[in-house]
Amino acid sequence: MSSPAKNKVKVAILGSGNIGTDLMFKILREPGHMELALLAGIEPQSEGLARARSLGIDASHNGIQPILDDPELRIVFDATSAHAHVRHAKLLREAGRLAIDLTPAARGPYVIPPVNLGAHMDEQNVNLITCGGQATIPLVHAVSRVTAIPYAEMVSTIASLSAGPGTRQNIDEFTFTTARGVEVIGGAEHGKAIIILNPADPPILMRNTIYILLGSEEVDRQAIVDSVEEMVTAVQAYVPGYRLKNEPVFEVRETPEGRRTLVAMLLEVTGAGDFLPPYAGNLDIMTASARQVGEVFAQHILAQDNKGDSHFS
Amino acid sequence: MKAPRLTDTTLRDGSHAMRHQFTREQVRNVAQALDKAGIPVLEVTHGDGLAGSSIQYGFSRTSEMDLIEEARSAVTDAKIAALLLPGIGTRKELKDAIGRGIQVVRIATQCTEADISQQHFGMAKEMGLEAVGFLMMSHMRPPEFLAEQALLMESYGADCVYVVDSAGALLPDGAAARVRALKESLKVQVGFHAHNNLGVAIGNTLAAVEAGADQVDGCLRGLGAGAGNAATELIAAALDKLGYEHEWDVFALLDAAEFVVAPMMPFQPIPDRDSIAIGYAGVYSTFLLHAKRLGKQYNVDPLEILVELGRRKAVAGQEDWILDVTLELAKQKNKV
Repeated sequence: MSSPAKNKVKVAILGSGNIGTDLMFKILREPGHMELALLAGIEPQSEGLARARSLGIDASHNGIQPILDDPELRIVFDATSAHAHVRHAKLLREAGRLAIDLTPAARGPYVIPPVNLGAHMDEQNVNLITCGGQATIPLVHAVSRVTAIPYAEMVSTIASLSAGPGTRQNIDEFTFTTARGVEVIGGAEHGKAIIILNPADPPILMRNTIYILLGSEEVDRQAIVDSVEEMVTAVQAYVPGYRLKNEPVFEVRETPEGRRTLVAMLLEVTGAGDFLPPYAGNLDIMTASARQVGEVFAQHILAQDNKGDSHFS
Repeated sequence: MKAPRLTDTTLRDGSHAMRHQFTREQVRNVAQALDKAGIPVLEVTHGDGLAGSSIQYGFSRTSEMDLIEEARSAVTDAKIAALLLPGIGTRKELKDAIGRGIQVVRIATQCTEADISQQHFGMAKEMGLEAVGFLMMSHMRPPEFLAEQALLMESYGADCVYVVDSAGALLPDGAAARVRALKESLKVQVGFHAHNNLGVAIGNTLAAVEAGADQVDGCLRGLGAGAGNAATELIAAALDKLGYEHEWDVFALLDAAEFVVAPMMPFQPIPDRDSIAIGYAGVYSTFLLHAKRLGKQYNVDPLEILVELGRRKAVAGQEDWILDVTLELAKQKNKV
């Protein structure tokens, strides 16, 4: 079989809007073990497709079909819509391709690269939750690996200009999905999510606040601070503009369950400015996480392939 | 001339001043008194709307769903309303609140973001509710801009759209111009919600009524965020003196304010130093108590915190920025 170079996995991006285009720039800038072979959309006049062509990347406006037609495209990033992904998920599964889902469709398990990606290497479809989830869940997990947390709450504030019609028309889904992610992946017994759009001009950077109520008064604050610091470094490895504005703040608060220690963390995400403007840290963290998930899967696929080859040598 | 419909929001906006500690008994007493005095709509919810009970805004002592149910069972004629801020509350809580007896939902967005409310208006109309739109922080945009956002809410099914002066930053001419712009554009009703940070809540409300407002809001004793709201009993007395036809009982409202609400208030909201700063800087009235608490904790002047939040153009619901700004100001202070 005339196979492609053994150190790269061919990947495709489905969806040629802002997210798909930004992801294209990220993969081209830092391909790792991926070779971006196709950007597929449905709109012949799409700016994203034109940009791909001008960069020498194959582009098609025939939707998912050219991806299904080329079995060498083993990893597919879906940056369309939740509605479209439901159909794509089924077709990609039948075709034996790995789907990395950037929509809120959640056909596969939630993944946060530094938290649980390793546990899902055998999946055929993984979901990236929400932008707010990618930003805040790592820090919830950083605390829950030190001490049990009965309640965690996240507040995401994004620039109005960076919230597209999909987010605006489905704002309830953002809160449901993010709160669920805070519980399932973050490790909080109860999770809550709040999203706020700020129209200030010039646009604000993406801001997130994470509040965590601790179950126990007897808690090693330094262990929490260290764990959080370690997690911030882990996320920065793939989202360079991710930073805590302050060390975690500890306070004692009255709650319906009595006096509790509260940990508050203030987080800012500056986008890399690959295609979208730096204030759109919410979109940047989605595409940066997607690239990271793609890279980890690409390495995994290559390792499996090489294992397979060794049987014949 | 017919008076505008008066909605009392003591049991919602007042929740801020009460630090969300309303009890069932307090809600029952206030609701009964307002119902007897002929107020047609009472709003009962956490101050930040359905699902507002949180670290960000403060936890409710008693679940808002229980308080809604309590109010509904206490009244005979008045309708019960709930507030919903998309991004905080969802259709799930709206459905629960309908189950507990609300007949009106007021759906609030930052005045530039009306298009996040479509799902919620859709459900409200589907379930047979009266649906009112709330354009918060209306001082931040000119009248024509607000009218466009109001048209979006009308297209989603709103029965009325309010100009909401969440920061108490408008003066009577600004309030009237905004109401007039909505009246000229919309087929549905127009409302006005005032805060007293610059001492003109009643003046703004009267200007809004003169400009054609069909609905206005008040709180007994002005119990609400910042320097409080336009006092329900004052609006009632003033409109009566102006000769508007109405069905409320002015003296019964004076009694309700004096003997039911005043005794349970932790403090009387007034335009004092920090509240005036809120109106002057144009920030969300609910920031007041958070800024006071954090200012004390970190030894920073709350006035400085509020003015800086105004400079950063913080919007409704951004209470977490108060901590952020306070920490920054405290750091700067320690450097000096």
